[in-house]
Amino acid sequence: MIKRLLPWLFVLVAGPVLAAGAGPVLLQSGANISDQASLQRGAQLYFNYCGSCHSLQYVRYSRLAKDLGLTEKQVMENLNFTGGKIGDTIKAAMPAGLGPDAVGAEDWFGKAPPDLSLIARARLGGADYTYTYLMSFYVDPTRPSGWNNTVFPNASMPHVLWERQGIQTLRPAEEHAEGGEGHAAGPSFDLVKPGSRTPEQYRQDARDITAFLKYVGEPAALDREKYGIWVILYLLLFTGVAYLLKHEYWKDVH
Amino acid sequence: MAGDRTTTVTGVLGWLDQRMPVVDFWNKHLAQYYAPKNFNIWYYFGSLALVVLVNQIVTGIWLTMHYKPSAVDAFASVELTIMRDVEWGWLLRYMHSTGASFFFIMVYLHMFRALLYGSYQKPRELVWVLGMLIFLAMMAEGFLGYVLPWGQMSFWGAQVIVSLFGAIPAIGPDLVEWIQGDYLPSDATINRFFALHVVALPISLLGLVVLHLGALHEVGSNNPDGVDIKKKKDAKGVPLDGIPFHPYYTVKDTFGVGVFLMVFAFVIFFEPTVGDLFLEYDNFNPADPMVTPAHIKPVWYYTPYYAMLRAVPDKLLGVVVMGAAVMILFLLPWLDKSSVRSIRYRGPITKIALALFTVSFVTLGYLGMQAGSELQKLVAQICTGIYFLFFILMPVYTKMDSVKPVPDRVTMHD
Amino acid sequence: MAAESVNHGRRRFLTASTVVVGGVGGVFAAIPFIAAWKPNAKAVAAGAPVTADISKLAVGEQLTIAWRGRPIFIVRRSEAMLAALPAEDARLKDPQSTVVDQQPEFAKNGYRSLKPDILVLVGSCTHLGCSPKLHTEVQPEPWDSQWKGGYYCPCHNSRFDLAGRVYDGSPAPTNLVVPPYRFESDTRVVIGESEGAA
Repeated sequence: MIKRLLPWLFVLVAGPVLAAGAGPVLLQSGANISDQASLQRGAQLYFNYCGSCHSLQYVRYSRLAKDLGLTEKQVMENLNFTGGKIGDTIKAAMPAGLGPDAVGAEDWFGKAPPDLSLIARARLGGADYTYTYLMSFYVDPTRPSGWNNTVFPNASMPHVLWERQGIQTLRPAEEHAEGGEGHAAGPSFDLVKPGSRTPEQYRQDARDITAFLKYVGEPAALDREKYGIWVILYLLLFTGVAYLLKHEYWKDVH
Repeated sequence: MAGDRTTTVTGVLGWLDQRMPVVDFWNKHLAQYYAPKNFNIWYYFGSLALVVLVNQIVTGIWLTMHYKPSAVDAFASVELTIMRDVEWGWLLRYMHSTGASFFFIMVYLHMFRALLYGSYQKPRELVWVLGMLIFLAMMAEGFLGYVLPWGQMSFWGAQVIVSLFGAIPAIGPDLVEWIQGDYLPSDATINRFFALHVVALPISLLGLVVLHLGALHEVGSNNPDGVDIKKKKDAKGVPLDGIPFHPYYTVKDTFGVGVFLMVFAFVIFFEPTVGDLFLEYDNFNPADPMVTPAHIKPVWYYTPYYAMLRAVPDKLLGVVVMGAAVMILFLLPWLDKSSVRSIRYRGPITKIALALFTVSFVTLGYLGMQAGSELQKLVAQICTGIYFLFFILMPVYTKMDSVKPVPDRVTMHD
Repeated sequence: MAAESVNHGRRRFLTASTVVVGGVGGVFAAIPFIAAWKPNAKAVAAGAPVTADISKLAVGEQLTIAWRGRPIFIVRRSEAMLAALPAEDARLKDPQSTVVDQQPEFAKNGYRSLKPDILVLVGSCTHLGCSPKLHTEVQPEPWDSQWKGGYYCPCHNSRFDLAGRVYDGSPAPTNLVVPPYRFESDTRVVIGESEGAA
């Protein structure tokens, strides 16, 4: 018996779970796209703080209304700052700039802020990357914007949520958490000036924005898991019937 | 009378049968195709590979209805049009992307089965060679398809793989430009890769599959005991250990398809990226010729060969080693000098050789996904060595190895 | 293969069960493939209602705008044009607009419009989809010696009156289509949605 299982053992080894490479240490986002209230809060925060510079060019306002449980009117009034139509994809409220007259984001930050439609899928660590990024801004006078980030060092983006989070400083490297006993290894920050939100409330803000961006990265995920259950249940039935049929015919074979 | 053959059926089928050998075909390949009765679980993967091929063709046809093969539009046509705008487009895409990986899983297991039971030995050499051609066509098909979404991994994967041709002395650089139709993978490249991916290679694959099955049905299936069932027949000429493919194996394979679809559906609906294995995170970034991703690696099904390429510190030699690793498989039927087919009746040397080979191959697959430290490179070199020694020494160790007596009739284990 | 102990009934039942269960699955599996041919979100967005400004539309003139990629004709008819409509009834195929699909319920009247003077039509012939041309002069025309003004399709000589109703003897089977529309104000027409549907 063991002999017969041996080849299978080799096969099982063939699917190794890849350990994260040399990327930054990431926090667990806890973002849940099934939590519609969280998505709605995240969308509101996103459009107030992120949407002026970043586009969501693969997302339509109409789709947001449908998936976030909002009316088209609510979306157009509360989330649409670009004057786009309900069926349009979402542009940044501020022009990218570098035109002869328009002064835009590109002039401010040196390059066009990236589109965020797929940001939560396009980084190692997925949504955890987004969450950790939002948690990891600290003051750095050497940077043009005055801010730096441990997840994406020397990012040109300033900390747009600083009024909510407050101002953090980065501890020197030797004081960084070692990991172990319930603490993630990685950089440690000191909150030198509290924001309008408590640390716990700000974590929730970051989690909501992350959940929204995770949803935006793959709107189909909402459908996927909903239908998946039924497909699997159906296949169980089909396979069961097929098994009985096979068993019945194979009574002949000795 | 339409034809000279007499037909035993009437009605529409009878009309058809007089003009085309429908009944003969049915009998020859299903109802009176006698397969050994002792097929075990390893024998599911051939029919499952066929199921995945059909899935790839059908979902592929539907994806071409929405995909735009151009450097400007390709990424958005996948990530906006197919994944969001088209109703159920996401399902079509995930069925296709997941199917690609499952095609390779099924075929690798199917090939390993052949190694276990000596299914490539005389008289099935042609079956094996045709199967190898299918494997080659699949590798090309998979690569071309991976380029189409035009994400970062698509672009840089194309860049790296096409550059391999640049290793060919004298004509290399010109060949690379000719393949790309440009100085880098570009609009022209997507267009021609698309044509090959959706027309040329699928036709070749289908043709090869027909030939593979045709050759198999001519000589008959092997089995886990490696016993030739045609040697013991009853009065009517039916092999004593054979059972008609239909209904016995059609119902068995139907059950197998059910189990397979459950696994397949689970991946599609609950974990379509499989971590980073089936769909890589960097491919959700649009292609950018100015920025190479920090960590480029091919999709998992190429990584064993990719690891061999990296293990060799010379460009031309690396490409030659990688190519030889695939090509040497073609020779397998003539390298194996054993008097028995199945691993069940082979001696310890062959068993150890096969075990080492398998471990090396899987290890190479793992190493091909890693960044590639010095230690990993050394391990890859050792595994590459074992991979080739398995084949090169095969004529020697299969001949000197002891064998157990093969029974006259097949054995049933469960 | 012992044939005598085979339970044929059970085999037939299980075979039928497998075929039926598999067939049901096949039908469900076909749904995504069929649905993927429907106009996608982009096409739906592009087909959203459009608004036309008719403040500058003079009596007897036509404004053409595009909705869902097709021409929409908006005509401000004169009193005389409206008065002449009932007289044509005898020469028409469907004077009372009884074919349901050709207009919204609100346009099922003698002048085929919401407001009597403003005519809104989809500008494509119900014969084979060419775009008919407006000829408002009341004068003998090569295609009709008793022409009272209306649409003439150059492709296959279909004729329609100034309410888009098709004349007898035209190859076109039905009246021109009136799209759903509503008045946002006296000078603005929204094409593509009816009153109350918004």
